[in-house]
Amino acid sequence: MIHLLSDQKCQIIAHAEQDYPFECCGLLLGKFGETMKSVHETFAISNAREEVAKRTRFLITPAELLAGERYARARELDIVGFYHSHPDHPAIPSEYDRDHAWPTYSYVVVSVAAGKAGDIRSWELEPDRTRFNEEELSERNSK
Amino acid sequence: MITINLPTALRQFTAGKAQVELEASTVGEALQSLSSQFPDLRRHLYNEQNSLRSFVNVYVNDEDTRHHDGEKTPLRSGDTLMIVPSIAGGVTVETDVASLPSLSNEEISRYGRHLIMPEVGLEGQRRLKNASVLMIGTGGLGAPSGMYLAAAGVGRIGIVDFDVVETSNLQRQIIHGTSDVGRPKIESARDRLRNINPHIEIETHETRLTSQNALKLLANYDIVVDGTDNFPTRYLVNDACVLMGKPNVYGSIFRFEGQASVFWATRGACYRCLYPEPPPPGLVPSCAEGGVLGVLPGIVGAIQANETIKLILGAPDTLVNRLLLFDAWQMKFREFKLRKDPDCPVCGDSPTVTTLIDYEEFCGLRSEPQATTNVELEEMNATDLKQRLDVRDDLQIIDVREPSEYEIARIPGSRLIPLGQIVSRMNEIDPSKETVVHCKGGVRSAKAISSLKQAGFPGRLVNLKGGISAWSNDVDPGVPKY
Repeated sequence: MIHLLSDQKCQIIAHAEQDYPFECCGLLLGKFGETMKSVHETFAISNAREEVAKRTRFLITPAELLAGERYARARELDIVGFYHSHPDHPAIPSEYDRDHAWPTYSYVVVSVAAGKAGDIRSWELEPDRTRFNEEELSERNSK
Repeated sequence: MITINLPTALRQFTAGKAQVELEASTVGEALQSLSSQFPDLRRHLYNEQNSLRSFVNVYVNDEDTRHHDGEKTPLRSGDTLMIVPSIAGGVTVETDVASLPSLSNEEISRYGRHLIMPEVGLEGQRRLKNASVLMIGTGGLGAPSGMYLAAAGVGRIGIVDFDVVETSNLQRQIIHGTSDVGRPKIESARDRLRNINPHIEIETHETRLTSQNALKLLANYDIVVDGTDNFPTRYLVNDACVLMGKPNVYGSIFRFEGQASVFWATRGACYRCLYPEPPPPGLVPSCAEGGVLGVLPGIVGAIQANETIKLILGAPDTLVNRLLLFDAWQMKFREFKLRKDPDCPVCGDSPTVTTLIDYEEFCGLRSEPQATTNVELEEMNATDLKQRLDVRDDLQIIDVREPSEYEIARIPGSRLIPLGQIVSRMNEIDPSKETVVHCKGGVRSAKAISSLKQAGFPGRLVNLKGGISAWSNDVDPGVPKY
């Protein structure tokens, strides 16, 4: 299960709609709990990279991830997952997504159809890599 | 002693440890040793082929090992190794940027005009260098497309041809020059491409593309550019590309009209979705029969090169699912939307063509000789005709070519009735005399004889074997060949 504040959900949706028809992506920073993850902040990556995002599905480079990790560590947070958008495709991870994922992290996928965000769903990779399992995405109102 | 820092996601496989210390002399050794200590970790670092997953990056003391020797990067005691994923995902598969070849300073100067455009950029130019394209044919279409792809820096270009350069090629096949006449086309093309760009690899395949060798030839290339001039090879290229999931950049030309598209069955329509069946043999004349404006293949071939480069760069708006028609005489482009045919025999939902077939037979070319023997075609060769004329035998010669061809060259005493009018003007031929019918090479005249017989022409009809070309070769070299 992953907890997301309604503000963060709005940020992800706004990012996805703004980058349409290209894919957007970003980091989810927060804390790993016993049974669930909580997101404290979202960290957008692709805003400045539209030109690249056009041609490539390579969303976050290791250098960007390291930068995000440093940012998170300074705030005593962890990277708990990633979000990305599927323009004109459902919010279901693709085969390609599965080949490029690790367990434990949450992979939040938001579907954007004709510029409007639709479904937002979260997925976790089965430890034996055979499939993604949908996890509960619980939304709490921001204080 | 080497220290490995593990990302949070992988700690569940290392008994919660964030750091592991071990002995190793290279990055590869360190990772192997780590995954033998923690076997559950292995599948998240290595794929089924036992190579490091493309999104797994290893940093040694904050330096990406991809910029060094990858897994062979040496380690010294005290080094810190970090495993960092790059996050990839989304709808399509693309090459991992980090694995693309780099450019030398010389290459950077050469491709400067590409590099400064964000749509290409350094990354796109590296994609071009990383790409491989197979050109089927180095004729009218292959000449410009090959030259532009070489100039653009496509890293590996394969060329398939079995022909020899002839004088009549030079009006449009600008990859070959006057001094190349008589040379194999692939040699001449290879030299020209090398001269344009010495930084790329050229692979020559001096062979006819066949059902036996096509899959093997195509396997080594990312994209196929179809520069063929005949239906059997065009269907062969299409089917082979569909079976292998490769994009087929199509172009065709005739007289003043050209077509271009990208047939990529995994993304859209294939050639068979557009043309399920070949036209009956002989209905569509070849360029050798019908002629072609020399600059037309230049335009269509350049469009093919353009689309090939866009496919490599991952550009939007390629000719996938679009058929472009070009008329050079009217100077008009038109465009048709294509749709994948769910009933397509090769790329549809339940394909019936699952392996390469006999394309000569598919296009009806195998059975043609039988059809002509059925109507018992009588033939005469050029030297015999000359002898008969010399002894003033009473025969008439009917030329079934077009008036423009008659202007160029004619056999003395012949009378012009173009093939399209032969039946309606049948009464102009005297059935009491023996009639020799000829064209340029002997194909149209055989058709004319067959049509005349079907229409009930009562006289004796004889086909001139090899047409006026044979007359020029064997009887009178003063008659120009075209």
